[in-house]
Amino acid sequence: MSGIKDRVAVIGMGCTKFGERWDSSAADLIVEAAYEAYEDAGIDGKDIQAAWLGTVASFRTGQPLAAALKLDYIPITRIENACATATDAFRNACYAVAAGIYDIVLAVGVEKLKDSGFSGLAVAEPAGADVTPPVPPPSQFALAATRYFHQYGIPYEEGKMTLAQIASKNHHNGTMSPKAHFQREVSAEQVANAPMVAWPLGLFDCCGVSDGAAAAIITTPEIAKTFRDDYILVKGIGLAVGAYGVLRNDWDFTHFPESVRASQAAYQEAGISNPRQEIDLAIVHDCFTITELIIYEDLGFSPRGRGSEDVAAGTFSLEGDLPVNTDGGLKCFGHPIGASGIRMIYEVYKQLQGKAEGRQLKDPTLGLTHNLGGRPGSFTCSVALFGTRD
Amino acid sequence: MAGISAFGAYVPRYRLGAETHGWDSAGQRSVANFDEDSVTMAVAACTDCLSGHDRQEIDGLLFATTTPPYAEKQCASIIATALDLRRDIFTADITDVLRAGTTALKSALDSVAAGSAKRVLVVASDSRQGAPKGEAERNSGDGAVAFIVSDEDVIAEQAGFYAISENMLDTWRSAGDRFVRSWEDRFAIEEGLERILGEAVSGFMDKEGLSVKDVSRLALYAPDARRHGQLVRQLGFQPEQAQDPLFGRMGNTGAAFALMLLAGALEDGSPDQLLLTVSYGDGSDVLGFRTTSKIQDCRPRCGVSGYLDLGQMLDSYETYAKWRDVWLTDSSSRRPQAQSPSVTALWREGDQNIRFYGSVCNQCKYVQYPPQRVCVECQTRDDSTPIRLSDQPGTVFTFSLDYLAGTVDTPLAIVVVDFEIGGRLLCMMTDREVSEVQIGIPVEMSFRKLRVVNGIHNYYWKALPRRQAASSKAL
Repeated sequence: MSGIKDRVAVIGMGCTKFGERWDSSAADLIVEAAYEAYEDAGIDGKDIQAAWLGTVASFRTGQPLAAALKLDYIPITRIENACATATDAFRNACYAVAAGIYDIVLAVGVEKLKDSGFSGLAVAEPAGADVTPPVPPPSQFALAATRYFHQYGIPYEEGKMTLAQIASKNHHNGTMSPKAHFQREVSAEQVANAPMVAWPLGLFDCCGVSDGAAAAIITTPEIAKTFRDDYILVKGIGLAVGAYGVLRNDWDFTHFPESVRASQAAYQEAGISNPRQEIDLAIVHDCFTITELIIYEDLGFSPRGRGSEDVAAGTFSLEGDLPVNTDGGLKCFGHPIGASGIRMIYEVYKQLQGKAEGRQLKDPTLGLTHNLGGRPGSFTCSVALFGTRD
Repeated sequence: MAGISAFGAYVPRYRLGAETHGWDSAGQRSVANFDEDSVTMAVAACTDCLSGHDRQEIDGLLFATTTPPYAEKQCASIIATALDLRRDIFTADITDVLRAGTTALKSALDSVAAGSAKRVLVVASDSRQGAPKGEAERNSGDGAVAFIVSDEDVIAEQAGFYAISENMLDTWRSAGDRFVRSWEDRFAIEEGLERILGEAVSGFMDKEGLSVKDVSRLALYAPDARRHGQLVRQLGFQPEQAQDPLFGRMGNTGAAFALMLLAGALEDGSPDQLLLTVSYGDGSDVLGFRTTSKIQDCRPRCGVSGYLDLGQMLDSYETYAKWRDVWLTDSSSRRPQAQSPSVTALWREGDQNIRFYGSVCNQCKYVQYPPQRVCVECQTRDDSTPIRLSDQPGTVFTFSLDYLAGTVDTPLAIVVVDFEIGGRLLCMMTDREVSEVQIGIPVEMSFRKLRVVNGIHNYYWKALPRRQAASSKAL
């Protein structure tokens, strides 16, 4: 196995403003993201040889991408893999280029959630016996928070404050992120005192539900050189799918094996042995604050049960050793499900190019994205690593 | 001689009473939770009755109620499946009349006496709805009672039967009516209850050559406490012969009522007592039982008295009115309209959803729910044995309290249960006070109604905090 390291490059990216895009259809969002990526790469639609469309609920096939962009009868595949949908679309696009089948391909993630008329996620499940309990995402992750506090003997108020600091950090980063859904400072106290959604998680422990799209143009490093100097190289991609947590009495609810396995696969591909030291920034799947806390530990940034110490030390802030969610994360950038994975790559891409405006880090060379779909006990997790060209 | 060989009961946890804001009555009554109905309460009463008995030996199930969830579709088959009874049994619903409970019991006794069945489970269960704040609502209660009828290990032998059938519109509900209707009560009492019961009881005594003095305990139907007291006297009994009718504690539980009082008499019973059960509705059934020496060895897991002691007062009438859909609310969180469940999937998954089978791997013994074709522990394919989890004790591993899940029961307690024999389940918790929901608390499973969509009553199992009174006897 030769792996993906240094075999594909990203030469252009686009991302819409995320938010309640009442005036835009899913097709409008695709056009907005794709054309930014075209312009960034210096190509047009005729240059694209194959495309992947990631969406959870907005479309069922690849055809809407052709319809929106008027692509030239090229192969298009629609990908759905829960909240990891966009990263998986990106992954498939990378592999097609690495296999030598295509030279230039497009990966797009899109979601139009705000046409449903409901304030939460309103994605219909297939009809079945319908006896599984109605457990909305906040409660799914509250199960992890309850157990995390219990397992590590963390008093409720203390645990709430750790989670609140994570949300507050992401809100702060979001204020410097013009395309983010929310751009407002929120103090840790405000987070901790927000109305309860699913105990112990309150309103500000939850990410936004948004409309948005993001796109990436992928090619080989050789071709990338002909387009620009500051292309970004893919260093590793791990994807782990598990569905065994709730079947097993010995699973603890305080670590997500899918995150551990996906990150290990990506680290191995990229040749990373000490992620905390080697990685310059991480854009992770903070669908809820407790998720980000557990991710610190699953990805090897913090020792087990001690993520809160690093939160208190400011390790993951813009000024810290390992900034996490520099663009505001799902918490503030928003979470149009099928678009989020490529939005994360967009932030890493901009940071590595030095184009991240007020939130720009100092000379980052290696960035990580982490995308987690499903619920504790049953996840699709993808972790990808990106580096500047050598 | 055919008779009763085991009994059990169920009274829902919640009560309306003096402390309930907006409930303008000093007396208490039991109320089914929002996810309970006559079917779920029947399952609970049967479970109480079957404790310590082999479910595979039950040859038939008769379900009596005036409040079946379906107008067309048998409920006894739902109950039999939830109880994990054999498939080669006879099942029937006996409905439409307050007298249905005693009619079912009489039919079971006849089956056993005729030799067509060895052990028949009889369950009567009712949750009748009176109009809000009316007399019927005030005096009613919700509950269920179950008996095993057999000619072996009999604790109370049948000792006579007499019945009257009379066409009488004193209380009724037409198809489509939500609330119980009644004619002027003076007519209903004088020309209905008093005249017919008088005739029935004296007919029984004449037929069996007995007198009212021979009766140790009278389990007598009556619509309310005052009429009960009057009837006892008018029928010639002394007040101390009457089994406590539980008005002010439980209320009139409809088709289950006279039989719940019989169960109460059996709980307190001693050998060689004559117990008389008198039901009412389009006539009357009078059933006599004589207790045997075996009565002292037979106790349900919880029984009427045990469940009555577990009562929890509701804070407000509004909560009850929401549960009964009498108070229409704009749900706190708007959710998409529920889709109809797939009937095909319900049928296919009957064993895991209604019988509540998990699987235990024959190779590595790992218990898993729902049953798995490929073992989660050792990946062996198609080599497992079903294991019923509905009567297995468990503990809460972790939980959430959801304020937006769109339930009547806010916050919705979502729990992860680890069964003591292995196996894990993510499910809802019901009959809980929020303060009770904690990591590590002992739980038991309860058959409940999830929702009604497309006219389909979708039942499944939920966890509830394990009953204190039940802890002395194994699940």
